[in-house]
Amino acid sequence: MSSGARPRVAVVLFPGSNCDHDAVHAVETAIGAEARLVWHAGTDLGSPDLVILPGGFSYGDYLRCGALARFSPVMGAVRDFAAKGGPVLGICNGFQVLCEAGLLPGALLLNSGQRFLCQDVFVRVESTRTPFTSSLQKGDVLRLPIAHGDGNWRAEPATWGEVVANDQVVFRYCDAAGERTPGANPNGSLDDVAGVCSRERNVVGLMPHPERASEEILGNADGARLLRSFAAALLGRTA
Amino acid sequence: MKVQVTVVPKSGVLDPQGKAIAGALTRLGFPGVGDVRAGKVFRVEVEANAAEEAKRLASQMAEKLLANPVIEEFETEVLG
Repeated sequence: MSSGARPRVAVVLFPGSNCDHDAVHAVETAIGAEARLVWHAGTDLGSPDLVILPGGFSYGDYLRCGALARFSPVMGAVRDFAAKGGPVLGICNGFQVLCEAGLLPGALLLNSGQRFLCQDVFVRVESTRTPFTSSLQKGDVLRLPIAHGDGNWRAEPATWGEVVANDQVVFRYCDAAGERTPGANPNGSLDDVAGVCSRERNVVGLMPHPERASEEILGNADGARLLRSFAAALLGRTA
Repeated sequence: MKVQVTVVPKSGVLDPQGKAIAGALTRLGFPGVGDVRAGKVFRVEVEANAAEEAKRLASQMAEKLLANPVIEEFETEVLG
């Protein structure tokens, strides 16, 4: 992208996605992006600067959340894009798809309280070494909405060791003051993890919905900070 | 031939459904209910000449799709 040009964003649409238009709207309003929806059966992402896997219930969450979407034709293109260092953001179900696809570590289990949760949570920025957090400070606290039944992130001990060693935890649940207090973690995830990145740091997934909190008129624009960070990182990369 | 793949959460992995079911069984008066693992059963018709081949196919299906090795383990059985 040349300086001043609009970031190009591809939002993948699986059967059962339902946050796809929210994602398009958020990137258009927050960073002036040129966004397009890409149907899952296609393999052409265009030439995007960013690929978003949106929230929803791809394939009705049949089998496991994200387990069937992972085999959609478009995922080959997403995998290639990610392998070349292209930024990929998975939100909620998109995060689940990326874990099932092996593009992110771990897996997402049923919430420990067994209930679907729809509420605001606080998350703390744990790593600024991703395109979506590079403009933020470590320890910054964001208020973001969640809406999920399966957000309980887990990893096997060996994988978890690597995730920690490689600084791959990007967000942790916390309270309003940024403390990891009992009750701050809504779903029982391992070590309060709310979002992780790939080893190469260009693929990021999180359970909260930044795209639903990206405008002041919605009462909360904290989510836009992730998108603006991406836009700034893109400018820096192509300057 | 018909094969059966049984998928359950790995031991050590929190199983909120299993935990709730264990609590309910205990409340119903069943004595000594311990750990409960809630999983899924798949019965799949496959084209195979021998039970061994059918079992191999079932394992491949489980590894590729039916189970997630991060959180689940599976068993296969040929039903005939």
